[in-house]
Amino acid sequence: MSYSITLGALLSHWRVRPFQALTLVLGLALATALWSGVQALNAEARASYAQATSVVTGTRPVLVREGGVIDEREYVSLRRAGWQVSPVVEGWIGSGRSRVKLFGIDALTAPRDTQAATFAFSDGMAGTMLSPGRLFASPVTAARLAGEELPPVHASDALAPGIAIADIGIAQRLLGMEGQLSHLVILETQPMVRPPLADLAPGLTQRKIDGAEDLARLTDSFHLNLTAFGFLSFAVGLFIVNGAIGLAFEQRRPLFRTLRALGVPGRTLTIALASELLAFALLAGCLGIVLGYLIAAALLPDVAATLRGLYGVPVEGTLTIRPAWWAAGLLIAMLGTALAGAAALWKTARLPVLAPARPRAWAMAGHTAERAQAIAALGLAALAGALVLLGSGLVAAFAMLGALLIAAALALPPLLSRALQLFARGAKTAESEWFWADTRQQLPGLSLALMALLLALAANIGVGTMVSSFRLTFAGWLDQRLASELYISTRTDAEGAALTAWLEARGLTVLPIWNVDASIDGAPGTIYGVADHATYRDNWPLIDASPDVWDKVAAGEAALINEQYARRGALRPGSTVTLPVGDPLEVAGIYSDYGNPEAQILVSVATLTERFPGVERQRFGVRVAQEDANALAKEITDAFGIPPENMTDQASLKRFSIEVFERTFTVTGALNILTLGVAGIAILTSLLTLATMRLPQLAPVWAVGLTRARLARLELLRALVLAAFTAIAALPVGLTLAWILLAVINVEAFGWRLPMHLFPGDWIKLGLLAILAAGLAGLWPAIKLARLAPADLVRVFSNER
Amino acid sequence: MLLDVRSLKKSFPGDDGPVPVLDSVSLTIDSGESVALTGESGSGKSTLLHVVAGLEPADEGAVLIDGTDIAAMGDVGRARLRRTRLGIVFQQFNLIPSLDVRANVAFQARLAGRYEQSRVETLLYDLGLGDHASKYPEQLSGGQQQRVAIGRALAGAPDLLLADEPTGNLDETTGDAVIGLMLDLAKDAGTSLLMVTHSERLAGHLDRRLHLSLGRLH
Repeated sequence: MSYSITLGALLSHWRVRPFQALTLVLGLALATALWSGVQALNAEARASYAQATSVVTGTRPVLVREGGVIDEREYVSLRRAGWQVSPVVEGWIGSGRSRVKLFGIDALTAPRDTQAATFAFSDGMAGTMLSPGRLFASPVTAARLAGEELPPVHASDALAPGIAIADIGIAQRLLGMEGQLSHLVILETQPMVRPPLADLAPGLTQRKIDGAEDLARLTDSFHLNLTAFGFLSFAVGLFIVNGAIGLAFEQRRPLFRTLRALGVPGRTLTIALASELLAFALLAGCLGIVLGYLIAAALLPDVAATLRGLYGVPVEGTLTIRPAWWAAGLLIAMLGTALAGAAALWKTARLPVLAPARPRAWAMAGHTAERAQAIAALGLAALAGALVLLGSGLVAAFAMLGALLIAAALALPPLLSRALQLFARGAKTAESEWFWADTRQQLPGLSLALMALLLALAANIGVGTMVSSFRLTFAGWLDQRLASELYISTRTDAEGAALTAWLEARGLTVLPIWNVDASIDGAPGTIYGVADHATYRDNWPLIDASPDVWDKVAAGEAALINEQYARRGALRPGSTVTLPVGDPLEVAGIYSDYGNPEAQILVSVATLTERFPGVERQRFGVRVAQEDANALAKEITDAFGIPPENMTDQASLKRFSIEVFERTFTVTGALNILTLGVAGIAILTSLLTLATMRLPQLAPVWAVGLTRARLARLELLRALVLAAFTAIAALPVGLTLAWILLAVINVEAFGWRLPMHLFPGDWIKLGLLAILAAGLAGLWPAIKLARLAPADLVRVFSNER
Repeated sequence: MLLDVRSLKKSFPGDDGPVPVLDSVSLTIDSGESVALTGESGSGKSTLLHVVAGLEPADEGAVLIDGTDIAAMGDVGRARLRRTRLGIVFQQFNLIPSLDVRANVAFQARLAGRYEQSRVETLLYDLGLGDHASKYPEQLSGGQQQRVAIGRALAGAPDLLLADEPTGNLDETTGDAVIGLMLDLAKDAGTSLLMVTHSERLAGHLDRRLHLSLGRLH
């Protein structure tokens, strides 16, 4: 009984302060929304990876030829010798945005538990196998393929996005791989005795295609990045919640005292308060999940484009609602409320029955906490420093980042307090002295919002610096890497040879771009062959090299490796690398290779063709005057019938690369803005709640001769000044964050290090944006103050109040 | 004549229509004169003081200071008037919590552009606050806080000091000491005084006594 009465009395507080209730719900909902939105994106992407991996092989091992294809005759001889293997062919069909990965399987031998086999058998084998056959794809993928010259495409919800399945014969025809196979799936049931693989098909090796793990490894850093942002937004949201809960508890101290004096046990009061918080958490959690879904749905197309563009991972831009995600959202809302309300609940539980009711204590008590905050900040900064020196791995890098951000947030109020104290001491007029001293006094009430603003601004500066540095470096790197004016893919090796002869006869330089996929140190990678030409000698983005690097490569004595492989393998010029075939080669140089998570080795064309005779010789770069590139492409089409989509000029390729790059950071940018928005709301809510407690402080100043309009202008100025101070403090934090992202996290996540560039123009813009946001947040309370009836101010002095 | 209050009327909204608080109140105060305003709770004493200070507008009538109607001054003019010519002491002290004792005492004088360090230091000494000048209001007792409020009101040497039950929150001994100080300092500065009080005994210390009952002066 006393519980329900107590709860009723507690809840009555929100009836008279609906705005405060709104603040609490909104803060918690926003925190939950940003967190669960990011989790939804991650869950969706991971589900796509899992779906994609079981398409044709399941978890079975496969037979492959490193850097080449398998002849159909080798398959036949293996089967005749008793090897239970099933052939698979894979490649890309469609063009541009409708590019889809096609898997061709043999319905008769394919393992029955894979997605591919299920489809092959589901709708009658004959239709699948006989010409023109049919393709199976998810509805979105099927829609993407509409308009392509393909057999009929059947849509099915159960298929992974971005892939299509067909009978092997149809797929071979569509991919131009007649008589060739990509790999052979080794089935579980094998005869007791089999002839050795080396005798039947020399050059084939057994490997495990562990797609899910590969994709997860590739994309882990991307998801970690998103998760870190989600967590940052969640933390910023919690600042609002903590402020709202703290204020409500302090405002109700007299009520707590009365309830205790009237006989309500401390335990009942605490339980009633906890129930109240739980109700808020459930309400805000539901709202947050809905908001999170909307955010995720809005961002997913960009995330999908990023994953496709950066990693080639098939993820569709549609969101599925998963019950686990709903539950996690509610859980995080409750956890957030518990975190934000724990201190207040603890204090209430330990409150003496006749504790003094001092509503302003909430705003005043902060000064005593300043020293503790400063000490904690120093400790965390030291921890971040120690992690820089001693830590390794992504988790350590993110721990360092977290320690730095929390240290900076904790250090802000003591620093601001000190600065305001100095300003107050230097003030020349009574008004300015009061302004600075009063601003310092408001600090405890505003510090949570300012800490949130600091985090949002620092994240913005850090991520902005990283993205802009990346963009600048990437553009320069593209200029170096894409030196040829025209890039051509021929349809066959013979066509490639004929085209080369034709172009060379016209006095043009043709640069082969031939490569094989190979396992490099046990991980997927690519080996390229490059011609000995000034194009590479003058332009290739080497970051470290031994003398005569190009001569050594041209002579077949050495190789170049990309930065990520060098870092992963701790390789330097002078080290050696082992190729799947032939003797190890000396590392002559290391080059930057952005946007590629895999190892890459560059050798001379002769070395490549000697060690991998089966390499496809179909891609070329042509050096031709930029303005003649399109005309030459047309002539090539006329002479050889090579379709225009097989030729790309340098400008288009750069444009496409930059486009992929920009989309990659769209999500980061959107989360950045959302976090800044949440910080803006934190300031607004703090100012508005403080405004309700300000009258006793402002009324005496008004009474002794400052007009309400003047006081309102000073209130607005206070918000602007605090935002400006916070923006200034955020700059070094943001730059340190950028350094961690560029020099530590990027290296750990992607294997490359980017040079850090500074963009003062962006800082000024962001600073002005922060001041504008604070100005807008401060405007409402200021207008309310300017329009406040004198009677409301007078009430402060009234004996009868 | 420094203060001339003419036929002042003021009412506040109530559930059953406006509730009259001041009903044709008229009074005058000369320079250097001290007047006590007594009356029961709710008789309108504080409201009269607030209207005289320009903190609240009157419904009817006029408040003239040196012959100038404060209603015609506008918000900015009334703020200037309070800054430069009036000193106000409230029952609840209403000090500025973010400023120390010295800065609180000097505050209004500095706003009015009449700051004299020697006067502030003398006031601090006379008010017995010399040892507390660097403390903040929350570190002081009630009596000390009220002395700071009196110091603030008098530091700018105002023409008229308005005191609203300045001892209402103090015990009798402390209250007597504070009132004694206030009267002495006001007299020394030639400042007129209008003081609201419940206490007939304290009222007896002033030059003249007015009694407000049911919104009318007697």
